Amino acid sequence: MRELTYLRPDDAAAAVAAVSGDPEARFLAGGTNLVDHLKLGVARPGTLVDVSRLPMDAVEEVGDLPGPLGTGLRIGANVRNSDLAADRRVRERFPVVARALLSGASGQIRNQATTGGNLLQRTRCVYFQDVTTPCNKREPGTGCSARGGHARYNAVLGASEECVTVHPSDLAVALAAVDATVVVLGPDGERRVPVADLHRLPGDRPQDDTTLRHGELITAVELPDSPGARRSGYYKARDRASYAFALVSVAAALDLAEDGTVREARIAWGGVAHKPWRATRAEEELRGRVPDEEAVRAAVRVELEAAETDDQTAYKTTLVEGATVLVLDRLRQGGPR
Amino acid sequence: MDAELTLTVDGRRRTVTVDTRTTLLDALRERLDVTSPKKGCDHGQCGTCTVLLDGRRHLTCLALAVAHDGAEIVTAAGLGEDGALHPVQQAFLDHDGLQCGYCTPGQVCSAVGALDEAARGCPSHVTPDLGEDVEARTLSDEEIRERMSGNLCRCGAYAGILAAVRESAEAQA
Repeated sequence: MRELTYLRPDDAAAAVAAVSGDPEARFLAGGTNLVDHLKLGVARPGTLVDVSRLPMDAVEEVGDLPGPLGTGLRIGANVRNSDLAADRRVRERFPVVARALLSGASGQIRNQATTGGNLLQRTRCVYFQDVTTPCNKREPGTGCSARGGHARYNAVLGASEECVTVHPSDLAVALAAVDATVVVLGPDGERRVPVADLHRLPGDRPQDDTTLRHGELITAVELPDSPGARRSGYYKARDRASYAFALVSVAAALDLAEDGTVREARIAWGGVAHKPWRATRAEEELRGRVPDEEAVRAAVRVELEAAETDDQTAYKTTLVEGATVLVLDRLRQGGPR
Repeated sequence: MDAELTLTVDGRRRTVTVDTRTTLLDALRERLDVTSPKKGCDHGQCGTCTVLLDGRRHLTCLALAVAHDGAEIVTAAGLGEDGALHPVQQAFLDHDGLQCGYCTPGQVCSAVGALDEAARGCPSHVTPDLGEDVEARTLSDEEIRERMSGNLCRCGAYAGILAAVRESAEAQA
């Protein structure tokens, strides 16, 4: 491991200045992914700027958000995954967020991992994490070992020649389904990024997971209240019942008219692409229809027309179709969150 | 780069100078001779290094020591009072919740943390309804298994661990 300078600035602006002024510097929050990468040699920063004690640790009511109601919650970037999942307001108004968090990692890791850090965790692609193998994301220009390798975790939507991996965060998928906004502080001040624009497809720059510039710090996430967010849920399919990353996952928020037809459906998929995949074509197909099994299967198939699979990943389209049917059926029936 | 830090470990205040790359686990074991937390995978996958850090269960392998200057740490060795075993430790003995014992300090700390989380009303992945009030006393076996899933036991003493945690849960006020 490389020699490491450790800094703990007193405020967010100083932390941003410290990282943006040094290409070898990185932010450190809960450390559950970055400390592992230090050991593995996947990350080799010269300086760590610890933001974990900055006072960005509250969940607050806000009233000035975009969206139909204007109200919502502002979640500080340092709010721990366990605290966010247990928050009564999140459980009632954004159950998909609580469910996604509870499906991720272990009790210990949820106590350590932060809201901001969760969104910025990196892929668990086995080749990305193994420095002895070529990987364009870890070392641009070296090639992709996952293409044609052990491929069953690979993307089926939006992949590129350079990278076929998927984003590992459950929280990010849930946030995509409730149209959250990420608040970002940079050297030139604050800006707001719709969560759909935070993560990116790999294209020819797979080393960039997000659209953030070096030195920009996530300070908060804003969740706008909506009827759909209240009727939202998450399903995660994985190789074992607990403490595993998703093979595929589905986050959905459903706003139904009184006659049972869809006013608005928001559907996001995890485990299928380099970013949380908003299934906007499927959403359009469902608008104005009763979201029964037949309608949902048909809508999902429209979305999946763009999917590219091989014999190792073909199961993912079947799995995501079934999972979407399951989640929307639960939401349509109502019942426990 | 070296950094001086102070930790309170099992009630004792300890000051130590460490290289900034040192994990909390290595600082405890190698520098402070606190060997109750064990090194298993060292990658956050097995839970054997679990301690209570500022009152919550926490891995020490995926944590840099320097980032936890000032922390209050309780290991399995510091759970009991006045030389007596903590009730969760006694339950592990009573239910054969171990074979080789290597994962046990982490299991015990994780169980204490998990029961505290349940007592504070925290739901889990298998909680049927996020609107319900969770309490430690009535945790189902499925709930206990889910809440303890971050701790592996390669001897496979899970049946005894489950029984020990269940008894400890039922004894909660």
